[in-house]
Amino acid sequence: MAEEVVLMKGNEAIAHAAIRIGVDGYFGYPITPQSEVLETLAEQKPWETTGMVVLQAESEVAAINMVYGGAGSGKMVMTSSSSPGVSLKQEGISYIAGAELPCLIVNVMRGGPGLGTIQPSQADYFQTTKGGGHGDYHLIALAPASVQEMADFVDLGFQLAFKYRNPAIILADGVIGQMMEKVVLPAPRPRRTDEEVIAQCPWATTGRKNGRKPNIITSLELDPAIMEQRNIHLQQKYAEIEANEVRYEELQCEDAEYLIVAFGSCARIAQKAMEHAREEGIKVGLFRPITLWPFPTKALRERASRIKGILTVELNSGQMIEDVRLAVECSIPVEHFGRLGGIVPDPDEVIEAIKEKLINK
Amino acid sequence: MKQEIIIAGFGGQGVLSMGKILAYSGLMEGKEVTWMPAYGPEQRGGTANVTVIVSDERISSPILSKYDTAIILNQPSLAKFEDKVKPGGVLIYDGYGIINPPTRKDIHIYRIDAMDEANERKMAKTFNMIVLGGLLKIRPVVSIESVVKALRKTLPERHHHLIPMNEEAIKIGMDIIKPV
Repeated sequence: MAEEVVLMKGNEAIAHAAIRIGVDGYFGYPITPQSEVLETLAEQKPWETTGMVVLQAESEVAAINMVYGGAGSGKMVMTSSSSPGVSLKQEGISYIAGAELPCLIVNVMRGGPGLGTIQPSQADYFQTTKGGGHGDYHLIALAPASVQEMADFVDLGFQLAFKYRNPAIILADGVIGQMMEKVVLPAPRPRRTDEEVIAQCPWATTGRKNGRKPNIITSLELDPAIMEQRNIHLQQKYAEIEANEVRYEELQCEDAEYLIVAFGSCARIAQKAMEHAREEGIKVGLFRPITLWPFPTKALRERASRIKGILTVELNSGQMIEDVRLAVECSIPVEHFGRLGGIVPDPDEVIEAIKEKLINK
Repeated sequence: MKQEIIIAGFGGQGVLSMGKILAYSGLMEGKEVTWMPAYGPEQRGGTANVTVIVSDERISSPILSKYDTAIILNQPSLAKFEDKVKPGGVLIYDGYGIINPPTRKDIHIYRIDAMDEANERKMAKTFNMIVLGGLLKIRPVVSIESVVKALRKTLPERHHHLIPMNEEAIKIGMDIIKPV
């Protein structure tokens, strides 16, 4: 049978994908521009079909702690929100990372700081990749640039989260959440049985049987010597993730003299700018990080040795540019172009920025 | 084939749903489509707009600097988008909502009195489908058959009895659109 192609918003794709891959629980609180995730789940009523729990919590803080509890029992659990709501979740996210539990968080970013605006933004890059909560931890951060990737990254996020017992985050923005595109949803598969959860997650609090040692899930350890060992273990795990899970896409980079580095919606806008620039004879390529952490440092460094300059395009005042500069070790000029506070640039603005900041400099 | 279209008017005129039907119709024909709304608070009482791209090839940006076709349903939207039609492109406007018509000479301008026609025929709710008919006459991006298929797919079954009226509205739109 041919795959069914449907037309839907990125937010809706997240919800449908979650139901289809057998997620056990969603806990959230509405906020624009991601409210369609919870709305779609409520409309689909998966509790009547797959048995998935969908709960509108009393707050974002409650939602992330429900995720903490569900994850501790080995369940596939997730939450979603937008920037101010994700700020509220940060304490819980740090605890989940500290307790080494798998879960999926979705942030459909809007303009900030503070309550900000409901329009698209990418200003939570620092929050996502450099901590957000307290302590030495990392989230596996996936940046979708299409509705198809919104659907695909739900499954990928959970796979990585369980593989490494680490929270994963989908870092999208209002453009990707609100636009409709064609999407092929993942093939439906049943939720794992209790036996399968026990087999897959021997660390989980699934009920102690047959005299096994109790599983204790906590991020608390008052003995600093043990806490240091825990931290060292976390860092070893992060090094493994950095070695194995870097993902990125390169478009027309082979002959490029200049490179745009952009993620999410900005990568789509930059792609159009690249097409127009090439019509004018300017050889531009596009490098799109798909994992923002781990960042594709090595690949970018290799590419940088063959180009004249880089423009990062972000819906912020210059955040990913720091990782780009570190990657290329200041060997070539790296400039930034961004719009702030919910304004999304059009492709012409990006072309102008390439000319002004790189070529005619 | 690639058509980059902006549809702009007041919130409540059916701008977003017209774009959605167009995008769905493209999907029915196996084309690549994107539908990108301006989802801000300006939709309440101010301008609402949606960018729809229908293409044979993979679509890069859902956000555009220039458009092949602009469908303009009120004066503020004309001010915002008249300059953004590509030279040689098409601008379609509804006579009811526009007091000062477009002035560019390097684009093809069409007028459709869809609001008047809809009110006269007591078909006010099909206003946006009359406009869509006008568009499809000038830019046959998708076939009427695909639009009907899309309506059948997107409308809940209890509204399917309205499909013939919508089909009629499209045909009216095709008849009444005029070059300026």
